[in-house]
Amino acid sequence: MPFPKLPLDRWIEQIVNWLMENLTILFDLISNLVEPTVGFFEMLLTLAPPVITAVVIGFLALLASRLSVALFTLFGLLLIQNLQLWTQATSTISLVLTASLISVIVGVPLGIWVARSKGMKNIITPVLDFMQTMPAFVYLIPAVFFFELGAVPGVIASVIFAMPPTIRLTNLGIRQVDQDLIEAADAFGSTSAQKLFKVQLPLAKSTMMAGVNQTIMLSLSMVVIASMIGAGGLGAVVLEGISRLEVGQGFEGGLAIVIIAIVLDRITQSLGKKSEKTS
Amino acid sequence: MKKIEVENVTKIFGRSPAKGLELVRQGKSKEEILKETGMTVGVNRAQFSVEAGEVFVIMGLSGSGKSTLVRLLNRLIEPTEGSVWLDGEDVTEMNREELRRIRRTKMGMVFQRFALFPHKSVRENVEYGLEIQGVSKEERKQKALESLRLVGLNPYADSRPNQLSGGMQQRVGLARALANDPDILLMDEAFSALDPLIRKDMQDELMDLQSSMQKTIIFITHDLDEALRIGDRIALMKDGEIVQIGTPEEILTDPANAYVEKFVEDVNLTKILTAGSIMKRSEALVFGKEGPRVALKRMREQGTSTLMVVGRDRKFLGILAAEDAKAVVEEEKEMEDVLIKDVVRVEEETPVSELLPQMAENHFAYPAVVTDEEGKLRGVVVRGAIFAALAGNGNGVNTDAIS
Repeated sequence: MPFPKLPLDRWIEQIVNWLMENLTILFDLISNLVEPTVGFFEMLLTLAPPVITAVVIGFLALLASRLSVALFTLFGLLLIQNLQLWTQATSTISLVLTASLISVIVGVPLGIWVARSKGMKNIITPVLDFMQTMPAFVYLIPAVFFFELGAVPGVIASVIFAMPPTIRLTNLGIRQVDQDLIEAADAFGSTSAQKLFKVQLPLAKSTMMAGVNQTIMLSLSMVVIASMIGAGGLGAVVLEGISRLEVGQGFEGGLAIVIIAIVLDRITQSLGKKSEKTS
Repeated sequence: MKKIEVENVTKIFGRSPAKGLELVRQGKSKEEILKETGMTVGVNRAQFSVEAGEVFVIMGLSGSGKSTLVRLLNRLIEPTEGSVWLDGEDVTEMNREELRRIRRTKMGMVFQRFALFPHKSVRENVEYGLEIQGVSKEERKQKALESLRLVGLNPYADSRPNQLSGGMQQRVGLARALANDPDILLMDEAFSALDPLIRKDMQDELMDLQSSMQKTIIFITHDLDEALRIGDRIALMKDGEIVQIGTPEEILTDPANAYVEKFVEDVNLTKILTAGSIMKRSEALVFGKEGPRVALKRMREQGTSTLMVVGRDRKFLGILAAEDAKAVVEEEKEMEDVLIKDVVRVEEETPVSELLPQMAENHFAYPAVVTDEEGKLRGVVVRGAIFAALAGNGNGVNTDAIS
């Protein structure tokens, strides 16, 4: 007698249903936090005319990095404006920033916890593996159930997909701190918190920044996919191009995403390097 | 006054330390326990006490448990059993809070690989111990600079540790430990990572500082020369056990067992033995009170050809040779004119390595004279005594003369 198929799919559906019915308050709360955050970033980016915003961001890039990056930022953003994709680009950037912000706010403390507790590490590591290897699309479905269509499920799916590197590299950065230094901190009578804030975190900073960089890149890629559930932005442009078989439009949207990716990557990378230099 | 008393302290690394402890009590060796249970005996029932102001050296080869032992004192490693009494308080019974207080105020530590914080400037490194105690910015800055001045590095206060040489970095490490003004300095192989010349400088500097600070220093090293140079007393460790505790001379001249003997056999004795430890007390002729005839009689009795001559205040005046004494008697010369004054004069602390070339220079014609700082005669070193001491691995050393 063949063993019947496990009704795993139905179990999951039941769990999701149960969550939907019983945790509505929690999901509403999350929605009420995420939506205004996305709105806030969008407001910031659309406050001034696009050209001025591009110049301001270019200037920020100059402060964080070098001239070449700043010039690339400026001309890249101006190109996006020229392609009439500015509105979509601002919403994509807002989604990315929101998702990254949440990932860092949640991921860094989790990473610290993992670094300090072996039990926590044993629990979190497989969860992180699961989060990263599960095809990103799969998160979209429950996200829609919980948060309906729009920006919020897109951000939540991005957070789930993009948070692992921040947790992993925070953990790694703290664990990498030379054992001698930990011993010295202990020998002078540091409390756990003093050791964490005065020794471990400052020394882990550049590794943590590498994690944050990864998180931003991953959330950008997820935000594009999230256009499938109505998150809007440049992903929607690409999606439209695909469904209408308009190669040109798809390429324009794709190019804008690439520009944003490069700008975000270079700026966060040089922030990471800067913290390395001062350490 | 006893500053630290270590009672029966044992550390067993492994899954079931209680079982290891049982085996240790049965007297099994480190190797047997490792083979039987896979557990490592870090420190095996260590027992010693350290006086206030003493430099106590714990010496042993790598793996002998010396670094573990020093960490058991401030509980960077938790002892499996035993007590560490510090000023009458049992450190092993303290809660976290009390332990932190002890670490902050009573024990400073210096590490083999410096362990300076790379993200902080030299001054901030030195301030660290004060910073975590909540000392105000101004005060800790001032104390840090004071501490840096002690080790001669105040001009480098704003540098980063990695801009300094190894020797300078370890000075920073020392300054950091001193900034809290602890009673006790724990120095874990503090100079082992430095090259030999710098190491010697640092040893001298530490001894200089120690003479003015009078800290209680527990110094870990694997280098016997270093141990002998700076230690008031030395504890020798092997396989987690302390095999002998004693002054440098005691360790050298009276090794407790074959292991210690083997350890010390390569030591350059001329550096360790001092004029004081090999000199003979000599009966001297008191000038102005006793004449040449007494001198000759005394030489005959002692079977020597020379005699020390001192004043009534026992200050050394010169050496009288037998033939000169005869001349004084027969030719009626003045004794003052025949005294030999150009002789090798040293103090008790002078190492044999300095004494030997001086005596060789005048072909060992006369014994070397040992005087104190006021010039009073303490004893003489005859040629034979040096060679006996060197050849006999200490047999010729009169330990009673060692202060």
